[in-house]
Amino acid sequence: MSLKYTVEHEWVDADHALATVGITHHAQDALGDVVFVELPEVGKSFAQGEVTGVVESVKAAADVYMPVSGEIVEVNEALRDEPALANTDPLGAGWFFKVRLSNSAELDALMDEAAYKALTQ
Amino acid sequence: MTDTPTRTASPETSLLRTPLYDLHLELGARMVPFAGYSMPVQYPAGLMAEHLHTRAAAGLFDVSHMGQLSISGGDAAAALETLMPVDVIGLAPGRQRYGMLLNDNAGILDDLMFTRRATDFLVIVNGACKVADTAHIQKHIGTRCQVTPLPDAALLALQGPLAVTALERLVPGVGALVFMSGQSFVWQGHELFLTRSGYTGEDGFEISIPSDAALAFARALLQQPEVKPIGLGARNSLRLEAGLCLYGNDIDSGTTPAQANLLWAVQKVRRTGGARAGGFIGAPTLLAQIDSGCARVRVGLRALERVPVREHTALHLPGGAAVGEVTSGLLGPSADAPIAMAYVDAAHSAPGTRLDALVRGKPVPMQVCPMPFVPHSYHRG
Repeated sequence: MSLKYTVEHEWVDADHALATVGITHHAQDALGDVVFVELPEVGKSFAQGEVTGVVESVKAAADVYMPVSGEIVEVNEALRDEPALANTDPLGAGWFFKVRLSNSAELDALMDEAAYKALTQ
Repeated sequence: MTDTPTRTASPETSLLRTPLYDLHLELGARMVPFAGYSMPVQYPAGLMAEHLHTRAAAGLFDVSHMGQLSISGGDAAAALETLMPVDVIGLAPGRQRYGMLLNDNAGILDDLMFTRRATDFLVIVNGACKVADTAHIQKHIGTRCQVTPLPDAALLALQGPLAVTALERLVPGVGALVFMSGQSFVWQGHELFLTRSGYTGEDGFEISIPSDAALAFARALLQQPEVKPIGLGARNSLRLEAGLCLYGNDIDSGTTPAQANLLWAVQKVRRTGGARAGGFIGAPTLLAQIDSGCARVRVGLRALERVPVREHTALHLPGGAAVGEVTSGLLGPSADAPIAMAYVDAAHSAPGTRLDALVRGKPVPMQVCPMPFVPHSYHRG
């Protein structure tokens, strides 16, 4: 898989018109122990850059933005009971939601891994 | 995702450093500006682990940013009583007490701890307030007593149920101290002043130590198997669970001890009808509030859903009018629930009262509850 990244520290894993979204390892490390995740409603559509929810640690709260425009088709229910999945496996079991893309061209403007690494170093 | 922890634009170079700065970096701390100092907010273990370790064993905190003052002279106790609504004269040697400096409106300029030693009072004030506090004290009582800042002393806190076990190995005899008392000890030729107190709700000690000995002493403490370093992040979650106020959040110059629900700290001798009633800055306002009540008060709140409720969140009657605002709030790692302190209209301050916190426009049900959120475990002897 080839991940794309946003300046807001989300990752996007797109497969044709469907993309999985989560927060990056850097993001979870900056936040610390995640204790609460507010996920968007399935079926709701967001434009790129809109706030879809929030992720909170003991010390901080951070908005989660829509990295690519589209409709939410699935959310990671496991995060509600076990928010720490965002820390322990941010790129795997700690995924946030899946999006049906409405404009897959937006993917081209996101960062690749090398560019994201440069941003966070 | 936008990261919004407390970071300021102030350049690193302008920040002060405590004697343990290099040790914090060596331990892998994440440093943040706090009260003008570069301070560790957390170590690699992380806030949650640090918090739980302190409740289970012993945590070492660098609180050297705090201000330490020596106030001496035969008139010092009476002079201090003109600045604070508390009993200073009646405090026995070797005992420690909580106090507050008030302004003319009984607003709290700072909260502090003071210990009567053989020849002076050792006063510990908040780091962000220490310059203003010193000026205030000098201005009002500087001609009646000697007010001496102690910038060459570091301050460490060792907190938790095993703090006494670890510290006793280095400084034999500390276990004989009881909660809110203090005494001098010697460690490797350095004089320490220890009090059995802290800011976590746990048993533990605060240790005033010459700056040039602080690093070696901290390393010696960290070599004890019970002890791990704890950052300011866990210090905040520990004190909130203990129901203790954070100056600047839960109390400030616009809140009085009566509004802040801190009247346990105002002894009867200083209240209306007491032998030394009044006679402190802000007395008319504070005594009137004690006698007649006040319109808003500080309360504890627990959320009935697992949604953190943070400072500045508005509180409403369920489906109704605004009645208050949260001043501190987080998910308490030991309480295992979202907890908060808030100011609410006195009419809606009784334990059990249901209120809604408006979080991102949605009501989160909360209930007024007694504090502390986690029981205190002080060593009262």
